[in-house]
Amino acid sequence: MQKTRKAVALISGGLDSMLAAKVVLDQGVHVEGINFYTGFCVEGHTHAIRKQDRAKPKRNNALWVAEQLGVPLHIIDVVEEYKDVVINPKHGYGSNLNPCLDCKGFMVHHAHRWMEENAYDFIITGEVLGQRPMSQRRDTLPLIARESGAGDRLLRPLCAKLLPPTLPEREGWVDREQLLAFNGRSRKPQMALAAHYDLTDYAQPAGGCCFLTDPNYTTKLADLWQSRGDKRYELDDIMLLKVGRHLRPRPHFKLIVGREEGENNFLEGYRRRYTHLRSLSHSGPLVLIDGETDNDDLHLAARLAARFCQGRSAAAVRMSITPRGGAPYEIEVPPLNSDDIPQEWYL
Amino acid sequence: MSEHTLDARNLLCPMPVIRTQNAAKALADGDTLKVICTDPGAMSDIPAWCRIHGHSVLDIQQSDKELVITIKVAKSGRAS
Ligand code: SF4
Repeated sequence: MQKTRKAVALISGGLDSMLAAKVVLDQGVHVEGINFYTGFCVEGHTHAIRKQDRAKPKRNNALWVAEQLGVPLHIIDVVEEYKDVVINPKHGYGSNLNPCLDCKGFMVHHAHRWMEENAYDFIITGEVLGQRPMSQRRDTLPLIARESGAGDRLLRPLCAKLLPPTLPEREGWVDREQLLAFNGRSRKPQMALAAHYDLTDYAQPAGGCCFLTDPNYTTKLADLWQSRGDKRYELDDIMLLKVGRHLRPRPHFKLIVGREEGENNFLEGYRRRYTHLRSLSHSGPLVLIDGETDNDDLHLAARLAARFCQGRSAAAVRMSITPRGGAPYEIEVPPLNSDDIPQEWYL
Repeated sequence: MSEHTLDARNLLCPMPVIRTQNAAKALADGDTLKVICTDPGAMSDIPAWCRIHGHSVLDIQQSDKELVITIKVAKSGRAS
């Protein structure tokens, strides 16, 4: 009897990687999914913060895909290792701070390592020739295979027929004839294949698979790097970039203002690690301060924070300030007028 | 068979699932793991992860701020 071959499929939660895994699964190959959590994934982590989003059904699309396919999914935390990809991408960024080419190489590299550790035979991705400007070009697909170390154990079932045969095809582990020749930006072939497999309700994220393609997000990330004088971040930093209004009144500190109850609850979880303010005399948001502040800075922060509470038109608002690691104290301040808040403070 | 607890509070999805997955790796068949989390996304993610890997969800308790999901680990079948 012929040995059952094993493949590890990169599962992002989107349609392409789902179809790629399905095509190979249908050829009798044992497939398991792998999903990398970088900290920037659109998947998951923002959906639960804002109260208005809580009513919507929530799901992690990568888990959902695995369940539809009936394969196990291994979610790997790569937050630390991924920093180098975002901070020093050898091949540069796309239109925002998305290092797509390095990112793909990184993910395939980690999938390859997993493949070797678990005695699997090859790797599957949902890449389509010509679909993405940076990472899915005729010249970059081989680069990803080479730089990741996966070489010809990397199979792209959706466009395999347009590429030279890989090891799984040459060895007959998969039948090249049953693989596909998708090319270009059109999504129609994928949608037709999904219909053929009777797959509905799949996720169709606009933009990309991560926040690094979102200009509103990357403006704040670029600001963070600029204010620190170098490109570095912790997971907390990049999570907080997705929550609240961010205002930078001075180069060395910024305010993060909760916009509604869900965000305030989320920010509560960071209270111990950040200097924070809230209004005592009026209802209002929790405000975190990121950066080092002196008394003048805190006074300005309190006036600015007061602007976002119910007492914004009052002559004075009583604010509580809790320095990081210190005891809370109270001050009374006049809220800043909206005219006193330059538009550039808003990130 | 032993009982274990995992504190996944203040972690955002998918971190609670990743922590659950990594904790379950070290457990034996039939062990229970009580996962305490605050991200409501875990309400759908942890049971989905359990279904995929053949573990069972024994109990879900939800209070205003916390969610406690108790799972029973299966090491046979397709669990990995
Ligand atoms: S959009 Fe984000 S996750 Fe997707 S390849 Fe680019 S950098 Fe990587």
